[in-house]
Amino acid sequence: MLLTEFDRFFEPFWGMPRYRQRGVRRRIDFPPFNVWLSDEKAVITTELPGLNPEDIELSVIGKVVTLKGTRKADDFKNGESYHRRERWHGSFTKSIELPFNIENQKVTANFAKGILKITLPRAEAEKPKKIEIRSE
Amino acid sequence: MSESSQELQKKEAETPAGVERTRSEKVYIPAVDIIEKKDEMVVIADMAGCDENTVDITLEKNLLTIYGKVVPDKGDDLQPALFEYGTGDYQRSFTISEEIDRERINAKVKNGVLTIILPKAAAAKSRKIAVVSE
Repeated sequence: MLLTEFDRFFEPFWGMPRYRQRGVRRRIDFPPFNVWLSDEKAVITTELPGLNPEDIELSVIGKVVTLKGTRKADDFKNGESYHRRERWHGSFTKSIELPFNIENQKVTANFAKGILKITLPRAEAEKPKKIEIRSE
Repeated sequence: MSESSQELQKKEAETPAGVERTRSEKVYIPAVDIIEKKDEMVVIADMAGCDENTVDITLEKNLLTIYGKVVPDKGDDLQPALFEYGTGDYQRSFTISEEIDRERINAKVKNGVLTIILPKAAAAKSRKIAVVSE
């Protein structure tokens, strides 16, 4: 299978070529992330239902984004019993490395309806520049 | 947190045999906690992406169905790079017993978590049977 430009550009990000990952179930750290990229920025979304913004801690250093958070278990009183207990609770830490450095002063994070959306602008110095080619 | 990757995957809801969906979006089964309290049953469901306007709760005979519609947040000029979770609607059904007071069922959504309170009917609350000696 041929590698597209897209695969080659993001190879360091995925850790290995995309074609080798197909059909292989990778280990995903909690919580699962979805990541979108452009030349200008990266957007990360993750589902954290039941958390409040103050339960989430986000830090960005260079290319690495680190997310920490805690969801407490429900209070369990006397005379109450669980019929089902499928929802997760506890603490998590997850780091992800992006393919470019981030302008960490301009990072924004929005938490709504249990979904965290982090917008990470690419460092100004690293943005691709269009160079004009002149004919003499 | 020591969860295996399998447990992290959202589970897709199944349709009854022969029934097809008309919308192409995926439908997931939300994780729930069901707690029995003295006077009520509480159903808590993780439904990230839903709010009070997009969750429907219906009760038909003994079947309580929750359906949450999720509008996917599409990035404008962005290319997808990593997908660790799928986005779609949520659906799950439960059968409820006769002891639930149907008129007083209420529900709220906060930060993508749906909480349904199912109060027990007065008659079902406590049915203590006295044992007498002869």
